Amino acid sequence: MNPTLAQSLTQTHDEIPSLREILDTLTLQSGFNTNAVIIAATLLGIAAGIIGAFALLRKRSLTADALSHATLPGITAAFLIASALGFNARSLPILLLGATISGILGVTLIHAILSHTRLREDAAIGIVLSVFFGIGVVLLSVIQSTATSSAAGLNHFIYGQTAAMLTNDAIIMGTIAFVSISIALLVMKEITIVCFNESFAKVTGIHTGFIDALILALIVLVTVSGLQAVGLILIVAMLIIPPAAARFWTDRVRVLVLLSALIGAISGFFGSSVSALLPRKPAGAVIVLCAGSIFILSMLLAPKRGVVAQIVRQSTLRVRIAIDHILESKYEHPEQHTKADLTLRVMLRALGFTSSLSASSTLTKRGLERGRRVHRNHMLWEQYLISFADIAPSHVDWSVDLVEHVLDDQLIQRLEREIRESGLHLDHASQEARS
Amino acid sequence: MISNQIPDLIRELISFDLFPLTSAICVALSCGLIGNHLVLRKQSMMGDAISHAVLPGLVAAFLLSSSRSPVVMFLGAGASALITVALIELVKRLGRVEPGAAMGVVFSVMFALGVLMLEQASADHVDLDADCVLYGQLETLFFVAPNQWDQLLSIETLRAIPTQVTTLIGLTVLVLIFKLALHKELRIASFDPGLATTQGIHAGLITVLLMVMTAACAVASFEAVGSILVIAMLICPAATARLCTDRLSTQIKLSAVFAVSSAFIGYLLASFVPEMLGMPSSLNAAGMMSTVSGAMVAIAAAASPSHGLIAKSRRQRSLRRSIAIEDLIGTLYRASEMGITRSPTTTIELTMHIKDLNQVIQAAERQDLIINHGSQLELTKTGLATGAQLLRRHRLWEGYLVDEAGIRLDNVHDIAEQLEHLSTQEPVPDLQTDPQGKPVPPRMPPTL
Amino acid sequence: MSTATTQTPRSTLDARPEHSADNPLSVHAMTVAYHRKPVLWDVDYDAPPGSLVAIVGPNGAGKSTFIKACLGLIPAAAGTVEFWGKPYKNARAKIGYVPQRETVDWDFPVSALDVVCMGLYRKIGWFKPIRKAHKAAAMESLERMGLSEYANRQIAQLSGGQQQRVFLARALVQNADLYFMDEPFAGVDAATEAAIIEVLRELRSQGKTVIVVHHDLQTVPTYFDHAMLLNMRIVAAGPVSEVFTDENLNKTYGGRLTLLAEASEAVARAQQGQL
Repeated sequence: MNPTLAQSLTQTHDEIPSLREILDTLTLQSGFNTNAVIIAATLLGIAAGIIGAFALLRKRSLTADALSHATLPGITAAFLIASALGFNARSLPILLLGATISGILGVTLIHAILSHTRLREDAAIGIVLSVFFGIGVVLLSVIQSTATSSAAGLNHFIYGQTAAMLTNDAIIMGTIAFVSISIALLVMKEITIVCFNESFAKVTGIHTGFIDALILALIVLVTVSGLQAVGLILIVAMLIIPPAAARFWTDRVRVLVLLSALIGAISGFFGSSVSALLPRKPAGAVIVLCAGSIFILSMLLAPKRGVVAQIVRQSTLRVRIAIDHILESKYEHPEQHTKADLTLRVMLRALGFTSSLSASSTLTKRGLERGRRVHRNHMLWEQYLISFADIAPSHVDWSVDLVEHVLDDQLIQRLEREIRESGLHLDHASQEARS
Repeated sequence: MISNQIPDLIRELISFDLFPLTSAICVALSCGLIGNHLVLRKQSMMGDAISHAVLPGLVAAFLLSSSRSPVVMFLGAGASALITVALIELVKRLGRVEPGAAMGVVFSVMFALGVLMLEQASADHVDLDADCVLYGQLETLFFVAPNQWDQLLSIETLRAIPTQVTTLIGLTVLVLIFKLALHKELRIASFDPGLATTQGIHAGLITVLLMVMTAACAVASFEAVGSILVIAMLICPAATARLCTDRLSTQIKLSAVFAVSSAFIGYLLASFVPEMLGMPSSLNAAGMMSTVSGAMVAIAAAASPSHGLIAKSRRQRSLRRSIAIEDLIGTLYRASEMGITRSPTTTIELTMHIKDLNQVIQAAERQDLIINHGSQLELTKTGLATGAQLLRRHRLWEGYLVDEAGIRLDNVHDIAEQLEHLSTQEPVPDLQTDPQGKPVPPRMPPTL
Repeated sequence: MSTATTQTPRSTLDARPEHSADNPLSVHAMTVAYHRKPVLWDVDYDAPPGSLVAIVGPNGAGKSTFIKACLGLIPAAAGTVEFWGKPYKNARAKIGYVPQRETVDWDFPVSALDVVCMGLYRKIGWFKPIRKAHKAAAMESLERMGLSEYANRQIAQLSGGQQQRVFLARALVQNADLYFMDEPFAGVDAATEAAIIEVLRELRSQGKTVIVVHHDLQTVPTYFDHAMLLNMRIVAAGPVSEVFTDENLNKTYGGRLTLLAEASEAVARAQQGQL
């Protein structure tokens, strides 16, 4: 390890705050300014979480990216114009007004490119993003070369500077969070239907253009209000990550919006707290990393859509199929040795299907019973496919081998009923199975 | 005898402008070429994601080696880029997250990580400029040119060339080889991955290679030009070319031209124009180049001869005009069938709803189709021939529509009206009368 | 469509019927161009009340486009569409729609019940929440389609046939008088097909009209009483027994209309100013 890193690590070590400080910060008892920042970041997280959820459902995540990059020329132009007119060029409202205008202009351009040229959405977004940002960078260098003194602050809009947040900001964030929550509650069902099935929404009489404009307006609102604190590159993350993480846990829009707001709030709260406690931890980055960690945890651990759950499900199924196959062949040909490897033999023994670990082991009563059932299912299913293949040819696209293992009892009963009703002799099949 | 001394002006140009310009053109060319495939595959935003996500790799490489050695930085950024591509794929596949969102999640987390590490690094009084990652430091690529021409190619001078420049030249060569060697594989894999695979071309492998090349572009370029120009060059020139042509090979050539020229023009605008305007320093070149490349997209969208908005509306206008002229001729011809050789302009005005009748009449006169007697219009010989052909087409179409397409008689006229203007085809070989019993004028040898 | 039209004497045979306020749907002279390609040419159609109408025709004949243009989802370049003699926006409440199954993202986080509730949004109105009564109505509709036990499943966990039935339940809950269904039988199992047909017949017995895009010619005579043979133009329309002739089918499916298709494509391209 080189000296620099070692040094930086030890330095970091020295700076770890006391438990007392941590508690004070987390319970909002460490001074007015810190509180304002933490509350504002939490509220921003809530607002971004809610609106991001709608952006995700409408598949507009990257539009938000273009929009936030597109605010830079607005900020710089506003700065130039304001200073040319003799206003205070660093006045936040003026800069944010510029950001809003150029952000909206950028999104409008994306739409114009999509409707008037042959370019696709990804290219349109990329063009607007890079060109607007390029213009912003040029204007930034104009500012640097002319107005020598006051340009420094503008860089914060790119990377963000949470410390700049004041009580006022907390109030603004609170208002925005309130507005977005109210809108979410009021038009949730309209937004849902537009996102799910646009043509049906139109037939129902919902003006889809209005809903889209509303979602867009809300994205602009959050982006612009978060610009100064989080920076224009990372504000996108606050819109995208919480809903993407929330999606792992739920199959319902309402829960998704709620969870997304919660994840946004947690990230905002802890991110800004960590930033307040430790030096040189820019809040924007820490907030995003918090959200990112929640995303990773969600992706891995969520019960249904999570990666671990998926892997467990798949391997359980694989093992079950392997065991079933062994039991079935043992049942049919008891004298044959199984080809199962040791692991499977151990499992068979542990589940009480075989009496010993050896490959020639006989089945227990339990094993015989299960083997018989598997075999019977197999026969039933084959019979069904043979006799009904002409009715449902398009539905026999999965393999027979797989399907017989995933059928639940209810389906098996229906299968038996169908075959019996069709006049086929089930008993024949099962007798054959038994013999 | 030519002096061996390099004149001051040229020496200055070589010192200050040669390498920035070379680097910019290299970046533009390689990104522009690779970008064609990203745009076609609807993966334009991959460039955005990758070029933001190199940040943590850069800083990590820097912190670990505590050197700004380009090789180390390159390795760090490259690792970071590849990790990003893999992560995006992983999140998309395993997490079943929508592609746009997957990209957003991965690159923003990577970027946040980079920002955080950067902040740590700066605490150790290490100067690693975050801004340079976004918009580059082309201006710093100067070298001290020798005084004499013959020293220009000496080993010492070549050694003084900044590594970024040699890296970029290397990148350009690599991209050119990649494109030339795999042109048809890239094309088929972009168009139809399934077919590619059945043809023995592993589409997945091609995709991976393309991503690696994209990453290489982003990584090699970050220090000289910054990520913003990389994104712009990956998308804008290809998009501009796409608006100008329908053929991939032409598109690729055009995109190279657009990329190089936007780099060149952008550089000129950024470094020389401000001086002329009396501004104290030059402007950000990378930003200016992105702006120029965007302007090119806008110009192509408006003025491309094949797909531009202007050309489209002009074609629409001229079509409307020629339809109006043909309608006028048709009306006059029908009148002449009834024995009226001179039709009063006022009658025409009343029966035909043509907005700019006067201009239509003038145009028809210019084409020597009619004679304008002031208040009356008469067909010329050419006009009569044209009218006959027109009516022939009209009545043939009517016949086809009724007999073959089974369209009700009362609807036929309006459809035939459109087809007669726009299709030179004759739908049925020969007919004597149309469905309404009117004679079909005989086929004539083409006039003119 | 032509900007300049000459006034020539029209044929005496003016087949255009008076728009009747009884007809749930009257389409007159509808022309639609869609993504450069003209799909419908000058279509006239009147749907009789209380009938099951099948729209049949080869791929690309403009079947879905016809429905979408009627519902205003695609702008028609020319022509009028009236419902009971009124324009679409005044008749919206009485019109139900079942879109093609592939048009939606089935991974969307909603349950079967949520989807059916969407059919009630018009009735519920803006800003108002979904109440118990609405859910009960939706539940009833699901039950009618034999799906009550799946009400709370996320829609991706349903089979193709069940998804289609959810869509149908959503349409039923709209309680409309005229239904448009876009390929409801595409890729469904036999049980679902039977269930859909049962529902269609029930709707007809209530005097409602259902217009269905259908791709299986063989079942048209048994399932439907009216048919519209469409291939860019209406080749024939009327009671199945009258229009379902070999000649008409040949006209619809035979290649004789390719010239028209090519020509009209050229027309549309030129009108859009493309080369």
